[in-house]
Amino acid sequence: MLLEAAGVTKRFGGVVAVNAVDLAISQRQAVGLIGPNGAGKTTLINLISGQLRADAGAIRLAGADVTGAPPHALTARGIARTFQGVRLFKGLSTIENVLVGRHVRMRADALRRLWPLGIPDRADRDRVRALLERVGLTGRAEALAGELSYGDQRRLEIARALASEPRLLLLDEPAAGMNPAETGRLRDLIRALIDEDIAILLIEHDVRLVMGTCERIAVLNFGRKIAEGGPAEIQSSVAVREAYLGSEDVA
Amino acid sequence: MDEIGDFLSAYSTLIALVGVNALLALSVWVTLYAGQLTLGNAAFMAIGAYVSALLGRHLGTPFPIALVIGAIAAGATAAPLGLTVFRLRGVYLAIATLAFGEVVRVILLATPITGKGQGLNGIPPTTEVWHVYVSLAVVAYVLWRVQGSTVGRAWAAIREDETAAASQGIPVRRYKLAAFVAGALVAAWAGGLSAHLTFSIEPNDFAFTRAVQILVFAVVGGIPNPLGPIFGAALLTALPELLRPLKDYRDILQGLILLLVIIYLPRGLVTLAQLRRTRRLQEIGAADVA
Repeated sequence: MLLEAAGVTKRFGGVVAVNAVDLAISQRQAVGLIGPNGAGKTTLINLISGQLRADAGAIRLAGADVTGAPPHALTARGIARTFQGVRLFKGLSTIENVLVGRHVRMRADALRRLWPLGIPDRADRDRVRALLERVGLTGRAEALAGELSYGDQRRLEIARALASEPRLLLLDEPAAGMNPAETGRLRDLIRALIDEDIAILLIEHDVRLVMGTCERIAVLNFGRKIAEGGPAEIQSSVAVREAYLGSEDVA
Repeated sequence: MDEIGDFLSAYSTLIALVGVNALLALSVWVTLYAGQLTLGNAAFMAIGAYVSALLGRHLGTPFPIALVIGAIAAGATAAPLGLTVFRLRGVYLAIATLAFGEVVRVILLATPITGKGQGLNGIPPTTEVWHVYVSLAVVAYVLWRVQGSTVGRAWAAIREDETAAASQGIPVRRYKLAAFVAGALVAAWAGGLSAHLTFSIEPNDFAFTRAVQILVFAVVGGIPNPLGPIFGAALLTALPELLRPLKDYRDILQGLILLLVIIYLPRGLVTLAQLRRTRRLQEIGAADVA
């Protein structure tokens, strides 16, 4: 198992945002995480990526206990993520954003750079350019990230996450603000990444994207996992329908 | 003849002062580039000045070694201080580092060996103009090269978005601390040079006004690259001398320049050069379309 979260709980004041959630992701697996707004999906991703510390429960990555590890250490161990609202380094160029994403895989070159000749990071720059090409941003390499269109920013954020060569990629609503054609290309990209042995946890409101990429789907509501299974199972689940639409007796 | 000699010596002091101030501006540039507003560099300058001057006076330490020890003393102070103050951000960080500056000043005022309020007098004028400019060249070159390295990019990333930087694998606190210590080393070096330039130092030379002055050099010059602070320091140090005929209005003019820069060139004077480049790029773009 690549990622195992067991009984993970996070409270904010009196609110239990994530309540004793178990979640397991194996290699080459894409797991969808869905649920109504405020269900605790992003909080769960923040816990897995180390932005938040769990109040209870344990998280294991490839067998090692990483509970409470800081985000930078988790990135080095192979977890990368994108953010719900897109958090790029807006004042840096597109290529610099991806180079920052490669930080944990690059040799520190501050000292070598004191020698004025040669470009010590040439190999990394080549890899980064290949990533930009992959997400279709080659022509925008020198543009400031803040000047990109929203769809381009989303793609850049994925390229930046991939630059750290993750084993597990956490995508928080990557298709938000994309048109159908862009979403289609995103779906192809996610499928290709799975073929390259990258596991994916995908939060997404676009149900077709989730169904079209994820072999397993977990459903959160009020911080609890209320269902988990294959796409067909989830689509026919009564509990899931009630979570989204309300139960019969309320209506 | 005497008059020419006087003029030249006055001029060389000004040239040296420009260099020292440029070093100070670079010392605060490092933390500003990482997005951290710290105001402790006047205090680090004081540590460098007092330590190097006292070593020379009491132990006969050779000048360059005294400078190095002064810088190490400041760095050794900055490291534990940074561990504490970088729990804070923004204006709180600025206030905490400013408070540290006050503590250093008060210690200098109260300690017999630092000469209390009278400071130290009769410091040998060992600093030559070329000492200052070789130091400046080395520091500027190193910072320029570091800016393009993984370290410089990490600093820029922290400035742009700390949370996102951490999730790219950057240990944010460690990088902030590194910037802070690097700035302290440079400020202390400048302090040592300036102490051996001016014959005497006293605690009030390193007070709030100095801390703000260093910041203003860097902000007026601009943060995008290390040239900005050098430019800002040179302009704001030379200007009062150039405006000597308008002596009575000097402070007003200086304040006016600061205001105009902040309003019209919020990223500093170096953006003037960038603006021209952008315009040229736009012209090229327009030509392509036509």
